[in-house]
Amino acid sequence: MEPLLAIVVGASYAAGLYMMLRRSLVKLVIGIILFSNAANLLFFTSAGLTRGAPPLVPEGMLGPEGAVADPLPQALVLTAIVIAFGVLAFAVVLIHRAYEVVKADDLDQMKDTDT
Amino acid sequence: MRPEVALPILIPLLAGSFSLVVWRSVVLQRWIAVLGTGALLYVSVWLLMTTHREGHVVMEMGNWPAPFGIVFVADLLGAIMVVLTGIMGFAVALYSLATTGKGHEKFGYFPLMHLLLAGVAGAFLTGDIFNMFVWFEVMLIASFALLILGGERAQMEGAIKYVTLNLISSMIFLTAIGLLYGLVGTLNMADIAYKLQEVEEPGLVTVIGMLFMISFGVKAGAFPLFFWLPASYHTPPVAVSALFAGLLTKVGVYALFRVFTLIFNQDVEFTHNILLWGAALTMLTGVLGAAAQFEFRRILSFHIISQIGYMIMGVALYTPLAIVGGVFYIMHHIIVKTNLFLVAGVAYRLLGSYELKDLGGLYRKRPFLGVLFLIPALSLAGLPPLSGFFAKFVIIRAGLEAEEWVVTGIALLVGLLTLYSMIKIWAEAFWKAVPEHNQNAHRLESQDTQLWLMYTPIIGLALCTLFIGLYGQPIYELAAASAEQLIDPSQYIEAVLGVQP
Repeated sequence: MEPLLAIVVGASYAAGLYMMLRRSLVKLVIGIILFSNAANLLFFTSAGLTRGAPPLVPEGMLGPEGAVADPLPQALVLTAIVIAFGVLAFAVVLIHRAYEVVKADDLDQMKDTDT
Repeated sequence: MRPEVALPILIPLLAGSFSLVVWRSVVLQRWIAVLGTGALLYVSVWLLMTTHREGHVVMEMGNWPAPFGIVFVADLLGAIMVVLTGIMGFAVALYSLATTGKGHEKFGYFPLMHLLLAGVAGAFLTGDIFNMFVWFEVMLIASFALLILGGERAQMEGAIKYVTLNLISSMIFLTAIGLLYGLVGTLNMADIAYKLQEVEEPGLVTVIGMLFMISFGVKAGAFPLFFWLPASYHTPPVAVSALFAGLLTKVGVYALFRVFTLIFNQDVEFTHNILLWGAALTMLTGVLGAAAQFEFRRILSFHIISQIGYMIMGVALYTPLAIVGGVFYIMHHIIVKTNLFLVAGVAYRLLGSYELKDLGGLYRKRPFLGVLFLIPALSLAGLPPLSGFFAKFVIIRAGLEAEEWVVTGIALLVGLLTLYSMIKIWAEAFWKAVPEHNQNAHRLESQDTQLWLMYTPIIGLALCTLFIGLYGQPIYELAAASAEQLIDPSQYIEAVLGVQP
């Protein structure tokens, strides 16, 4: 499972970066989505995958038995997903507003504030 | 329970929520802004005094012992940064009473300001690397919203670059945290530092360190990752620019100080050397960019970058004296840079422009403002006896002791070029006559009562600069004590985990 996920993560990073390097605002946002999902998946994969072993404590015991999945990365990735989602909602509103003001989907039209 | 560690985060959060509750009443929001930031300043000084007395102050959230729960840790560096946050918050809150437009106040300027302060204070105080990511995001989302309040074209263009690059930096930060967690299986920074000593893969550790360096480098505005900064910092209202200029990039610098003294101190030859050359190029490109500009706030924005170089040089040299210099430089720089932006705001109020070619005659009509500009400007350039001289002196002396001749030479040259930029602003905005085409010249004569509200924080910050310059020994000793804690991470680890590494 890990090698497959590793490939998926790498491909998502590459695709996200590629999309961000295009000139379109919409593609920029899609690139950010891919990039943030790649980061989340990488976090999940690098923390180690354990299949079918939920970290549940049996009744009457103080800790789980045997090898169980680490619950921490799941909690962290959940937090990261929520944050990424919030930021993304902002980014979508921002590009909508920017499109209204600048009247172009082209990032090359947005160079007035540079230098 | 150590309430003083949590209060600098709780107070702005509470003040922000109360401001949201009284959404319809701008007057109440203004009162909450002044009271809330004043309370933040008060508790931050309390925190600094406690840390100065006891060393590290640790608070474990929910009483979970250290590696398992989230901890908030204040060492001297964190406490100093929080005090500066309090000073900046209070000054900018006062200033924005007079300058913020009605539209901004109605659409949540004050709640966002409190949220930003909470995020900054949280990032300074947390002892958990993932928690630091979360505070970074809190700070970023508040800054995004503050940046685009008003919705002008320039703001939109600046915001696209600012948002994109900061999001990429956050994602790289998350990636680095993920890899680090996979390597050591913990998120508590003290625990990471403790466990990394036993990890057998130095190559992988260095790679993760580089990822952190890139991520924080974007946030700090280090070479070659700074392009979002001059593209966006001059677009929002001046109070927002001042707050950003003082605090946001310094969060990145703080994170570099924290991570590259505590966690990644194995392969100093490699990582800190890259930091050192990055610092040199940051100084040089920042100051050259400033030399090419003719807009008040853009010059100042580029100077943020050049000054960041000095601070990173402090951590990059990684000698006790250099870290003292870095910490001292941060203290001096936050105050001075915010103050310069506030002066730019007064000039805009009087003459209706930030372009140097439209400004002029300020010294003839408002000599007091001229003095108030010269204090931070000459301090930024590093003229004695102002605070910048001592900050630069310590850094450059550390550079000479480390025998890094080229970098030290660049640091000296950049000081000279900074003086050039400041003299350019002085000559254009203050010294020459008011240009004929400026329609607002009559405003120089008028008696604007709100100006005094703008002057108050400027005078206060100028007094801080003078104090650091003329009575610098206690401040220097504070920086030295903080550097002593940073150079010896075992104190931090022991304070958090209770074990001797």
